[in-house]
Amino acid sequence: MTLWWIGDGLLFIIVAPIAVYLLDGVLRAAKSIVPSVDSIARTAAAGSKDLDAVPLLLTTQSQVEQTVAGVAAYGASLDVIVDDAEAGQ
Amino acid sequence: MSAPAVAMLIAVVAIVLALVYYLVSVILELRKISAGLDKVIGSVVEIIEKSAPVNDVVNNINGQLDAGVDLLEGLLVKKAGLTDSMGLIEGLYPGAAAAGLRNFPESKDVDPPRIGEVYTKGTLTLARLGREAPIATASPNGPAIRNPAYATTASRKLYPGGRPLEPEPLPRSPVIGTDSPVQYEQRDDIGKPRKRMPAQG
Repeated sequence: MTLWWIGDGLLFIIVAPIAVYLLDGVLRAAKSIVPSVDSIARTAAAGSKDLDAVPLLLTTQSQVEQTVAGVAAYGASLDVIVDDAEAGQ
Repeated sequence: MSAPAVAMLIAVVAIVLALVYYLVSVILELRKISAGLDKVIGSVVEIIEKSAPVNDVVNNINGQLDAGVDLLEGLLVKKAGLTDSMGLIEGLYPGAAAAGLRNFPESKDVDPPRIGEVYTKGTLTLARLGREAPIATASPNGPAIRNPAYATTASRKLYPGGRPLEPEPLPRSPVIGTDSPVQYEQRDDIGKPRKRMPAQG
């Protein structure tokens, strides 16, 4: 009979509080993850929206090609009309 | 049933109830996390899809710009010579000559001459137009100093007191006559009959 009471005491005083403490810790950790995940989702959505201008890179690429072609033509013309530097410079 | 057994039964039931409460709560939170991660995955997939062609396009642009830099550096060195090129670069962008030209590693060792000593004043003026020229709105040194649309300051400086309606009076003509400060040698034929040309036979 005494052992029964000792067992009940251990159950109430040690096992139950430890179980509740551990479970409460798991629940707190799970709750703390939710805001972080929401924040990551908002950031990822914003990052995706920032990349909406990426297709404009194709326009930039085309304009760079045209500009470099114009510079090349201009340089070729200058090469014809301007004398080269004297040798030794 | 004895009292200790009942107490133990109560304790076990209480622990099981606590387990159920907390585990169900954890499950609900994990479901929220799962839903949030689904959103994250969707956005990340969008990012990956949108940024997929960036690498090729940027590499292409860099290749084009590299070709342009090679062309301009080569032309500059060909036409002005390496030494004068560094002087011109130093004149336009002070301190830039220290970095040297990309395709001419020896340019870092060149002591850049002062641009005014190499080129004429007219060339120097043209070279220094830079930010002062209205066309240089995209100058790397900053926005154009002159307002392209209303660049009247320079012309207004010509007439700070307003544009004159009449020219300023010029010095008077020299004094002539016998009491003039400057006397010329008198000619011998003054006061005598006018010479006539001999008649043609």
